[in-house]
Amino acid sequence: MIPELGHFSLIIGLAFAFLLATVPLIGVARKDQYLVRYAWPLSYGMFFFIFLSVVVLGYSFAVDDFSVAYVAHHSNSQLPIFFKIAAVWGGHEGSLLFWVFSLSVWAAAVAYFSKGLEEVFTARVLAVLAMITIGFTLFMILTSSPFERLFPIPMEGRDLNPMLQDVGLIFHPPMLYLGYVGFAVSFAFAIAALMGGRLDSAWARWSRPWTLAAWVFLTGGISLGSWWAYYELGWGGWWFWDPVENASFMPWLIGTALLHSVIVTEKRAAFRNWTVLLSIFAFSLSLLGTFIVRSGVLTSVHSFAADPSRGMFILLLLGLAIGGSLTLFAFRASEMKSPARFELMSRETMLLVCNILLTVACGTVLLGTLYPLLIDALNMGKISVGPPYFNAVFVPIVLVLFMFMGVGPNIRWKRAKPGELKTKLLVPAAIATVVGVAAPFLADGKFNVWVMFGIGTATWVTLATLRAGYGILQGKDGSVSLARLGRSEMGMLIAHIGIAVSIVGATMVSNYSIERSVRMGPGIQQELAGYNFNYLETKNVVGPNYTAQQGQIEVTRDGEFVTLLRPDRRQYNVRTMDMTEAGIDWGLFRDLYITMGDPISSTEYAVRLNYKPFVRWIWFGSIFMMVGGFFAASDKRYRRAKATADAKSDDKKADLATA
Amino acid sequence: MRAIFALLTAVVLSLGLSLSASATPVDTYEFKSMEHQKRALDLAHSLRCPQCQNQNLIDSNSPVAQDLRLEVYEMVDAGKGDQEIIEFMTSRYGDFVLYKPRWEGKTLALWLGPLGLLMFGLVIGFFFIRKQRVSQVEVQEISAEEQKELDKLLKRDS
Amino acid sequence: MGIFLYKGLFLNPEKLDSALEGKPIPAFQLERLEDSGEIITNESLKGQVALLNVWATWCPSCKYEHPYLMRFARQKLVPIYGINYRDERRLAIRELQREGDPYTKNIFDHDGRLGLDLGVYGAPESYLVDHNGIIRFRYAGPIDMRVWNDTLYPMIQELQAEARAEGAS
Repeated sequence: MIPELGHFSLIIGLAFAFLLATVPLIGVARKDQYLVRYAWPLSYGMFFFIFLSVVVLGYSFAVDDFSVAYVAHHSNSQLPIFFKIAAVWGGHEGSLLFWVFSLSVWAAAVAYFSKGLEEVFTARVLAVLAMITIGFTLFMILTSSPFERLFPIPMEGRDLNPMLQDVGLIFHPPMLYLGYVGFAVSFAFAIAALMGGRLDSAWARWSRPWTLAAWVFLTGGISLGSWWAYYELGWGGWWFWDPVENASFMPWLIGTALLHSVIVTEKRAAFRNWTVLLSIFAFSLSLLGTFIVRSGVLTSVHSFAADPSRGMFILLLLGLAIGGSLTLFAFRASEMKSPARFELMSRETMLLVCNILLTVACGTVLLGTLYPLLIDALNMGKISVGPPYFNAVFVPIVLVLFMFMGVGPNIRWKRAKPGELKTKLLVPAAIATVVGVAAPFLADGKFNVWVMFGIGTATWVTLATLRAGYGILQGKDGSVSLARLGRSEMGMLIAHIGIAVSIVGATMVSNYSIERSVRMGPGIQQELAGYNFNYLETKNVVGPNYTAQQGQIEVTRDGEFVTLLRPDRRQYNVRTMDMTEAGIDWGLFRDLYITMGDPISSTEYAVRLNYKPFVRWIWFGSIFMMVGGFFAASDKRYRRAKATADAKSDDKKADLATA
Repeated sequence: MRAIFALLTAVVLSLGLSLSASATPVDTYEFKSMEHQKRALDLAHSLRCPQCQNQNLIDSNSPVAQDLRLEVYEMVDAGKGDQEIIEFMTSRYGDFVLYKPRWEGKTLALWLGPLGLLMFGLVIGFFFIRKQRVSQVEVQEISAEEQKELDKLLKRDS
Repeated sequence: MGIFLYKGLFLNPEKLDSALEGKPIPAFQLERLEDSGEIITNESLKGQVALLNVWATWCPSCKYEHPYLMRFARQKLVPIYGINYRDERRLAIRELQREGDPYTKNIFDHDGRLGLDLGVYGAPESYLVDHNGIIRFRYAGPIDMRVWNDTLYPMIQELQAEARAEGAS
């Protein structure tokens, strides 16, 4: 009975979505404020009923209701409760439910936080969000309901895939979905603005914190995924250019471009059409990502359920979203001309170039991801496009991007003051060049062009960002005060430095990792990167739903004890699946990473030893980016109460800057 | 066959993640030199396992990947060149195993695409900026009318 | 773009084309499964249209395919050569004794070298070879009635017609 309640509640949620997608718009058309105001209760109602059905599914997992097919396929009575709850989004049906749920969370949040906005505008935004909800809820109810019953009722569930039984993976999908779906909000704002026929600074200002929030979640989701792949898959890799990874990376790239474009639209009322287009693209790419992941058109390590009918449905939604929004854009965009003027040497130009480069980078990833499909569809055979391709084309593009990234925050809006840029940036550029050239020699005495560019640009971005920060703190009279630093500037500084930190990590780990595969058993010692690894013994370990052989490896350096690492090989009982769990000693400047392979003899195992310099920096950088994004999103200009006063002083500031 | 194969895959795949990615393979092949090791590992990293999902020869623990990996190692140690080894692989398993697609007719768009996109983007950007330049138009900021409207909107926010 | 994404839904990304279609069978010299004294080479397969079937006792899909192979063997439409791929001789022989032996001859590819040269990526796989010893078609996956009727048998007839035409001229 309970699961039916969930199903029923989902249908009520759908009904609410239908009303939300129509009633306020009718109200707008008839100029009936009474109808327009229905948007709020309808949004909350939609959220409530979808939330209820998520709760019901969670409850079915918690009480081991294996009569529900989805629960039987993704859980087991032995599974720890933590993972039972996480299993709610561990499979296709549940993750769709979660997708829809995230959407309703965003809708409710927009309804709640946007009371200060124009009513008609917000109502339109909510209606657009409801339309998207309708599409995906229908998809779920028609093709993949998580509440389907199973008969006969199995005694035991098939267990959650062991790879998903991990903390990293508990939070990775929800964050990713919140990010993906968050771009639906930017999309809805853009569509609402197009509907109203008014793309102005106010719209950009309203849309910006939402875009930032979505971007923060997406950044978090992607980094968690990469971190999870690093420690759980046991290969020690952190990015594979797998189609599923690319699917999340593309909206991120466009989302990053959107973040910057929306600033220009807000501050200078320029790039308006471009911002709308990016909003549409960011969301379309999120949908495309969902399509790639859910339809199985591309082979990926992550292969999820492949079923043409599902793919078809998402493709239909994708077509409707892109087709509809671009048609609307075509009709409305041309009406608006951009009034702002700027010179070639100006912050506008820098942001434009950064936007172009990000878009090109995204286009490159898209091309590489879909190319094998294209070739196959044209019957020209099967090819693979993998890391060597992406590294070869993507890396140069972003290196150029990083160069511009240093200039952007240091240059004035509208027109650069002659000579100013040179006085500001000459020293950082010189230091960055020296550091870049010296870095590979310091690391291992050999020249390496990638290390030079990587460390060089990271230094450049850091120094130029700090210089920009100093410029913000410095007043006209030369005095320095922290009070001048607004939250959005601070966010920018933190996020840009985060990028630099990630660049360092990626550069170092890609170029200076050391890996050895050796035979190890009790009493055998091995050496790697100055560390001594001493295999003590193999222990048998029994977990809640697995058994494992765990190697005990003592690590010493110059005779001093460093750590005891315990990599293990697990056999999961229900799925009879072998998994390796790496033993990792993490450090600020290096990770030691050990995986156990197959047994070679009765006591000896093949063991892979890895030395990974600076690998953590990749994720430290993304934490910086998230914190930066959070600061920017929480800038007081976006808070309701003081919006007007601040907006005015802001405009004044902008005027001063451009005067 | 398609039916049963599809059924099997469906069963496996509907469990969520595929099983191919489970345990990590480790081999203890002893190379003749560090140089050989580095070259062999790089090469094996850039070759795709023909059987599994999207995995290279190093990361996959399927039997085929194991064989091919060993083959790569042995060929490197026997002093064979990269090109020769790649030839060996593609003559048996096709271009599918190359993670770095060849430069040929059907991949022209793939390799030149990014450059084309970049050119296209820069040209558009260039014309856009030229059109926007202050020096060519005498005017100004936001027009007075628009400024008024903006103020009105912002006021309404509060 | 939409069109090809749509088309992509009906493609099978896991099904690879064989790189060997149109090329001769790779050279090999291997023992016969049932008799280690008898050596089979690529030359021994020439002269007639043949079906090479890669199988092993550890391969579950091969067990699914096996009764169909038995049936086709009884019809004597084409000689079926087995390639026993990375298997134990003892187990393989016992399996054939128990389940029946559809193969004209079985090539014992213990270390998988021939399989590698053929581009085998998972058993079962089947290869159609023409009378000149050229591989004309590769089928990856278990053969059943439908595959046989729709794909393999028509091709076999075609190849046999070709062989007769050349033999006559």
